[in-house]
Order: sequence, then C-alpha cells, then structure tokens
Amino acid sequence: MIDFKHIQSAHCETGVTSNLLFHNGIDTISEPLAFGIGSGLFFIYIPFLKVNHAPAISFRTMPGMIFKRTCNALKIPVIQKKFRSESEAMEYLDQCIDKSKPVGCQVGVYYLTYFPKEYRFHFNAHNLVVFGKENNRYLISDPVMENTTELTGQELQRVRFAKGPLAPKGQLYYPEIKEKPDELILRKAIVKGIKRNVRDMLYIPGPFAGVSGIRFTAGKIKKWRGQLGTKKAGTYLAQLVRMQEEIGTGGGGFRFMYAAFLEQSYQHIPNEGLKEVSEMFTEAGDIWRSSAVQASGIFKGRITEQSDFDLMADYLYKVADLEKTAFKKLAGLKLTF
Amino acid sequence: MKKNEIPQDKSALENVSKELCYALDENGNYSTDLSKGWEVKSKALEVAWSAIDERVFDAKQKVLNRECSPLLYFMELKLMDVEIVSAYTGFWKWQIKRHFKPNVFEKLSSKKIGKYSKLFEVDPEEFKDPFSGKPKP
Repeated sequence: MIDFKHIQSAHCETGVTSNLLFHNGIDTISEPLAFGIGSGLFFIYIPFLKVNHAPAISFRTMPGMIFKRTCNALKIPVIQKKFRSESEAMEYLDQCIDKSKPVGCQVGVYYLTYFPKEYRFHFNAHNLVVFGKENNRYLISDPVMENTTELTGQELQRVRFAKGPLAPKGQLYYPEIKEKPDELILRKAIVKGIKRNVRDMLYIPGPFAGVSGIRFTAGKIKKWRGQLGTKKAGTYLAQLVRMQEEIGTGGGGFRFMYAAFLEQSYQHIPNEGLKEVSEMFTEAGDIWRSSAVQASGIFKGRITEQSDFDLMADYLYKVADLEKTAFKKLAGLKLTF
Repeated sequence: MKKNEIPQDKSALENVSKELCYALDENGNYSTDLSKGWEVKSKALEVAWSAIDERVFDAKQKVLNRECSPLLYFMELKLMDVEIVSAYTGFWKWQIKRHFKPNVFEKLSSKKIGKYSKLFEVDPEEFKDPFSGKPKP
C-alpha cells in the first residue's frame, strides 16, 4: 500500500497539488504557495452562461491551471492524460497504483457518493488523489475532506467520466520529479506567479474578468431587482455567495488564501511590501464576507429595497478598488533576491 | 478574518466533514482552522435547492397538464439541462427538445426510452408515466 499523507486543504486543486508534491519529497509547497505560484486568484463573470439557472461567476482561475503552472514554474515535469476509453482510463490508473504512484484525478461531483446530496451538483472540475486499491475499492484522498475515503471501481469510473461542461474525460495527472527545486527556483516561481496574477487581475481585456469584472458584476447587481424581481435576484445572489464561500475557497473567495500566500512568500523573499499587500487581501476577503452577509439579508427576504441592492453593489465597488490598489502595489514591488 | 471569527454554525456538511479556513491567529499570522459551517452559506444553499424544487414542481405540473413530456420532469429532478442530457445520452440537443413534446415522446422507440431511463435511474415504465395512479398535487 502506498503511504500517502492526507493533509486537509481548503481547495481541491491546490490541495491535490500540494499533497502530491509532498508525497514526492517536496515539502516546501504549502497549499497557499501552490495557489499563488499557480496564479490562482481571479474573478470572472461569464456572460451568457448560466450555471444552475443563475450567472456563472468564478473566483479562481481555470480548472487544471494551478497544478500545471505550479509544476512548470518549479521545473517539475508533469504527466497529464485524458482518455477516450473508460476501461483504458481505469487500467492506466491501476498501473500507476501498482507502481506506487498516487495520481490526481479530475472528477464530477454529481455522482460522488461520499459527498452529501446537498452538495452534489453537475460540477465537473473537482480533484482528488487516488492512492491505493484494496479489494476492488479505491482509496481516495479528497483534500477538502477531513479524512480519506473510498470508492468502488464503478463509482470512480462514473465520476471520472462525468459528462457535461468541463467533462473530465478520465483525466489524471501526477508530477514526475527528477530533481527537487532549490530555493532559487522557488523564489523565481513565486515572482512569476505574482506577475501573472497581476496581469490576470489588472490587464485582462474585456469588462468581464479581473478587477473590472468585479465592477461589472456590481453594476449588474444594481439592476437585478428591477429586471428580475427580488426573488430571482435573491437566487442569483445566493449563487454568488456559494461560489465565493462554499467548500473549496478557504473563505472570502480565495482572498484569505492569497493573503496567506503573500505572507509565506515573505519567508522566501523578505520584502516588507509583501506583508503590506497581504494585509490588503485580508481586508479584501473581509469585505467579500461582509457582502455575503448583506446578500444573505436579501435572499432571506429580510431586506428587499433597491437601496439594499445598491449597498451590496457598493461592497463590490469597494473591494474592486482595494484589489486594484493591492495588485498595483504588488506590480511595483522590487522582488529581487 | 480572525481565527475566533471563523463561523461554527450548523450545515449540511455537519456529519460529513468540517471545512478548512484560512484566518489570522493572535499574532496576526495566517494559520488554518476548521469550520462547522456558516449560516450565510447554508441559507444560500437552501435558496438554491428551493429554486430546484420549484422547477421540479413546475415541470410536474406541465407533465400532468400534458404541456410537456415526462422527460422535462426527470431532467429537472436530476438537476440537468439539455446540454448535460445530450452529453450523457448522445442525442442531439434538438432531438431532446423535440422529445419534450408529448405526442413525439409517446412514439419514442423502446431503445431511446431505455437510454433515458438508464440515465435517470428509473424503470422505463415509470419514466414513460411517472405520475399514474398518483393523485394530482
């Protein structure tokens, strides 16, 4: 049996990344470091796309990118495979386990039996680690769960081949470590992660993503009450809150995790500016959470006036300004070593 | 968020797992701690589910009024949309939309019915006529 250390994480992909690297002897990449090096922080309001009949909003970068970017920046080769045939996908997985290699798998949540029913939507970008097989039951380390769990071969095959948007197509991945990254590579990776995140949040074209996406969403929220009525507007806000706070973000739409990343980066690159910007992201996370409380007042039906929606939007304008200042400051830091 | 501000409210996850949160400790440094849940997001989840229940109820009414085939009801019941049904069954989206029509649905081959009932995990007979013998709500 593979001796795999299950470390609970806030988010699935960063957790899988950090845990797989740890298993392969790299103990320097915590979850926040994986998140920051992978430039995980993001915001996007995807126009014209509805998820569960409400707007598609995300607080993180595209699924799969964090693992790939983090390993690339640390100069760790990555094996990543998708499959057409379901049986081939299971065979390949078994071979990895036979070779004592734990692997990351992308899965859909809807048929994931160990999740409570309330959380099982058709979301296909969940990640977990398969680290063993006993009596035709696969041993699963799902980083958002407190403990390891199990799935039958059939159950695992089903979630690996969930269908619909972002279908996993049996995707599995693992690092193939030849050389451990040294401190210099790690520092460079941190700087690269920060720069890419500055670009994504400040300079991504179009009004829907990055800091301008937050402002765009605020503008939308102001109009929701008039366009949709308070009830439907409430379900839209509930969806925003779920994307922001539901299992997998570490709270405040990943902003606290990013603040933790900057704080840990300071250990590697002692620039006081990193600490200051870390504090700004803590504040940003707190504003996001205040906005969630305001939103809940609306979707509980306790407050229903236009002024309540305006106040909700004001939180978002405020957080957009703060994050803009924070990323500008990050961009201006001389991160030399 | 400070560690002592991490909410510990009731949630649907209660007996399954606690969630990891990032928060500041007494010295202003980041650390992690577990949260049982947060009332704000439990309510958000509840709102999402009551919207689903409403859609399922509406679909049932449409089926009972013969405005729509049972396909719509099962699709809503399983939280799917036409795109997801298409991805699982291999039917084109336009075909599925056509199958919403009761008169088209009634003439579907048993092979097609079989594909749908397998996806929705029901007996083919129940799929074709889910509310027979049940009183109108």
